[in-house]
Amino acid sequence: MNKKGFFGNWGGAYIPEILFQTFQELNTEFERCKNDPDFWQQYIDLMSTYSCRPTPLTHASNLSRYFGGAQIYIKREDLNHTGAHKANNVMGQGLMVQRMGKKRVIAETGAGQHGMATATMAAKFGFDCTIYMGEEDVRRQRPNVFWMEKMGAQVIPVTDGSRTLKDAINAAFRDWVTNVDNTHYVFGTVCGPHPFPEMVGWFQSIIGMEAHKQILKQHGRMPARIYACVGGGSNAMGVFKRFLNEPEVELIGVEAGGHGLQTGAHAARLCSQDASAGVAQGYKTMFLQDDDGQMKDTHSVAAGLDYVGVSPILADLWEQGRVRFEAATDKEVMSALDLTMKKEGIIPALESAHAFVQAFKEAPLLSGDEAIIINMSGRGDKDIFTIAHAFDDPSWKEFIIERAREYSHYS
Amino acid sequence: MQLEQQLRERLKQKEILLMTHIVLGYPSFEANREVIAQMVAAGVDCIEMQIPFSEPMADGPVILKANQQAITAGTRVSNCLAFGAEMAATHDIPFLYMTYYNIIFKYGEQAFMEEARQAGIKGLIVPDLPPEEGADYLRLAKENEIAPILIYAPTSTDKRMSELAGHGAGFIYCVARRGVTGTKSEFGEEFNTYLARCRAATTLPLAVGFGIQDREDVTALKGKADMAVIGSRTIKLVEEHGPAAVGPFISSLR
Repeated sequence: MNKKGFFGNWGGAYIPEILFQTFQELNTEFERCKNDPDFWQQYIDLMSTYSCRPTPLTHASNLSRYFGGAQIYIKREDLNHTGAHKANNVMGQGLMVQRMGKKRVIAETGAGQHGMATATMAAKFGFDCTIYMGEEDVRRQRPNVFWMEKMGAQVIPVTDGSRTLKDAINAAFRDWVTNVDNTHYVFGTVCGPHPFPEMVGWFQSIIGMEAHKQILKQHGRMPARIYACVGGGSNAMGVFKRFLNEPEVELIGVEAGGHGLQTGAHAARLCSQDASAGVAQGYKTMFLQDDDGQMKDTHSVAAGLDYVGVSPILADLWEQGRVRFEAATDKEVMSALDLTMKKEGIIPALESAHAFVQAFKEAPLLSGDEAIIINMSGRGDKDIFTIAHAFDDPSWKEFIIERAREYSHYS
Repeated sequence: MQLEQQLRERLKQKEILLMTHIVLGYPSFEANREVIAQMVAAGVDCIEMQIPFSEPMADGPVILKANQQAITAGTRVSNCLAFGAEMAATHDIPFLYMTYYNIIFKYGEQAFMEEARQAGIKGLIVPDLPPEEGADYLRLAKENEIAPILIYAPTSTDKRMSELAGHGAGFIYCVARRGVTGTKSEFGEEFNTYLARCRAATTLPLAVGFGIQDREDVTALKGKADMAVIGSRTIKLVEEHGPAAVGPFISSLR
């Protein structure tokens, strides 16, 4: 960072005055936590007792053999409590909220994983909790909504704009400016105003720290490449951070190619030609926007990647050439998912499956003594409705029709 | 004449000034034209014209919807700038632009300021641009004799207020309460203390906005603030009763 909160040309804190004071307090608390080894230890203890840290690094021997190239390793963030990497950031922020003495947390959510994790944290720590979720995503991720509500959170469907992640973020900011005194906004990704990108990246860096130790132990040396999907970019930053200063490790971020980059229906900010520099949602980055600066509608089969902006830290690493960006289409994602389930008995989330797509394209080009790591940011069983629909699965449809018939008898 | 002087001239005649708000292109530029004519005829002292943005983070449901519908109807930034120039040339009151920073950033700060100056625009309100991030913006605004209007909030400390005063010009926009635009505010003891802190921190005129809806609210501000800001209320009025209802409403306020 040069200027406060900037990573190269990107980042900053473009916030309304009403939030200025609360950001001062948040910055102060974050600095204190960063400089307090006990805090990090408390975080590690929490994550190893309440969640499943360290998460395993699985050697995908069948997939490795199938592609006949690099040894494929999968970092299993799906085995984290609540089923995704999101819990790392949320539990860390939860500890900070306790220190700051606030009693209420709010969060935006796209795929629902961040909302789930936040609702879980709020239940454990005894905070009131409100989750903002785009109406479109509520439809796509109904099971997560069910669990959030069961854990005591209030889930508010957002009907503004494109009714997806960016609109949920705007709604959460509107709540925050109204209830700033007692409320902390648990921002879910490495975006938004400073200090969120750095802070979320710090909590998520636990992924890469573990992966680094694990790959050395299991493979004996550094991986050749690491793949992670990129929506806002939190799981990617999490796994990349430890390896940024290891020049022999190539880092690859995979964005949502949607129906294909040439169709315009995608969410690829850094690997398409469609994004440009802008300032929205409190930070400066590459946004998918028109010439006037109005944000465009994005598309991805994966709600968690369906977002107009991208981490300012990743925008900087992209500009420096340290991270390469690629895109995976919805269609490619479905076949990578199918293959991973059949070969390894592992169900990646639709978001995570984007990273698998690119890894599968490149694994055959590497030699058998090289290793690659795929960061599996979350598990796919939450996506059962979307995945079953995308596979056009006949027995699932029958089940739904049957269940609906049962319910309609009650009403 | 620069914005602050213009307002001070007007304050010689009136106990409190009125600023109103419109969203450009909502429901249409034609309606904007008529609403502004009514506002000016009813004695409004200053008008902020919001250039719509797809992510209006500080706005409540009424203005949010207006922004979205204006964009959906095809409102472009260039249309807004042309309309702004037309209004400033037609009516003898100061006109401001209110928008979010991305609109200015994408247009090019220099080009935007120069056009605004040529159009006779007197000030700019950009709620998501704190002075820390707006060095170029502040410099260019002043070079072009456009007042960068800064915002105070009830959460601003005294120290922060004096710091902001040093960067701002024209007037200070005091947000009446926590929250977004469009919800009613209470003007009790806590509010009076806040306003006294605002007054102590700056010599610039004070405008108070967020949730001012009727004559009672405007009266409550007399002697404490220099200008009352009516935002969402007139937008709603136009939605419900058409542009013709605006004049009588404004006249009823003081």
